[in-house]
Amino acid sequence: MKSAVVQLPGLNRDRDMIAALTLISGKAPVTVWQTDTEIPDVDLIVIPGGFSYGDYLRCGAIAARMPVMQAIRAKAEAGVKVLGVCNGFQILLEAGLLPGALMRNASLRFVCKEVKLEVVNAETAFTRAYGKGQIIRCPVAHHDGNYFADAETLERIEGEGQVVFRYAEGTNPNGSLRDIAAVTNAAGNVLGMMPHPENLIEAAHGGSDGRGLFASALDVIAA
Amino acid sequence: MIKARVTVTLKNGVLDPQGKAIEGALGALGFDGIGQVRQGKVFDLTIETADREKAEADLKAMCEKLLANTVIENYTIALD
Repeated sequence: MKSAVVQLPGLNRDRDMIAALTLISGKAPVTVWQTDTEIPDVDLIVIPGGFSYGDYLRCGAIAARMPVMQAIRAKAEAGVKVLGVCNGFQILLEAGLLPGALMRNASLRFVCKEVKLEVVNAETAFTRAYGKGQIIRCPVAHHDGNYFADAETLERIEGEGQVVFRYAEGTNPNGSLRDIAAVTNAAGNVLGMMPHPENLIEAAHGGSDGRGLFASALDVIAA
Repeated sequence: MIKARVTVTLKNGVLDPQGKAIEGALGALGFDGIGQVRQGKVFDLTIETADREKAEADLKAMCEKLLANTVIENYTIALD
């Protein structure tokens, strides 16, 4: 499976993401710059974390209006898998590719710690390496991860299985409604999440709970 | 040239942790009777045109496309 990593001024988790994708798929991803209007033929496009455009205006707001996002939108509509982590999640929400919005953390503090995630939907292209209800560890590092959607949207995405991960065991770090940590679009091929699975994939990280997400998306699940 | 002010505020029902913190700080300063504080943004723009109707239409498009996130925010436009 081939993958691509998007690069924009201010994103700083791209190297971690490239390392994770290379390790798990055995192939280095191609990189795509913000002004690119075409994306090579890949199976997975990843928007990594960071602070694109200094979080000016709203987190992800400026990045979401860059030319590359039109190309990503077209790929997403064609069924290509798109993953946004942290700032990548904020960018996908600002681009209207996912439902809801991310607000300032309820504590008003930047949180950098490990949380527990419950796998709410194990039937997505990103989570099939996990079991439903499984609890995994995952690091978070953000200031604006407080998931919000209106009541009607919340009911709809819960009902359609679009809530993929929930903060578990009282570890909600940001005040997200219904402990929501990750959501997909209606088609299920676009996933956004605040936690950083790319930072928990090998022994040197202290665990590999995040590996299943990439193994699922890159189709490298052991039989 | 037209001067415009766009005000972006959070919709009712959207939690505003920053507004809450400011509310608490005002109370700590001894200001009594503060019901609620909601934080918003103000944008002052100048537009090189004399056509007020067009300016207003453009500003509305700017709000919808960039200045506000209409999932969580409302906006108002005022021309000078």
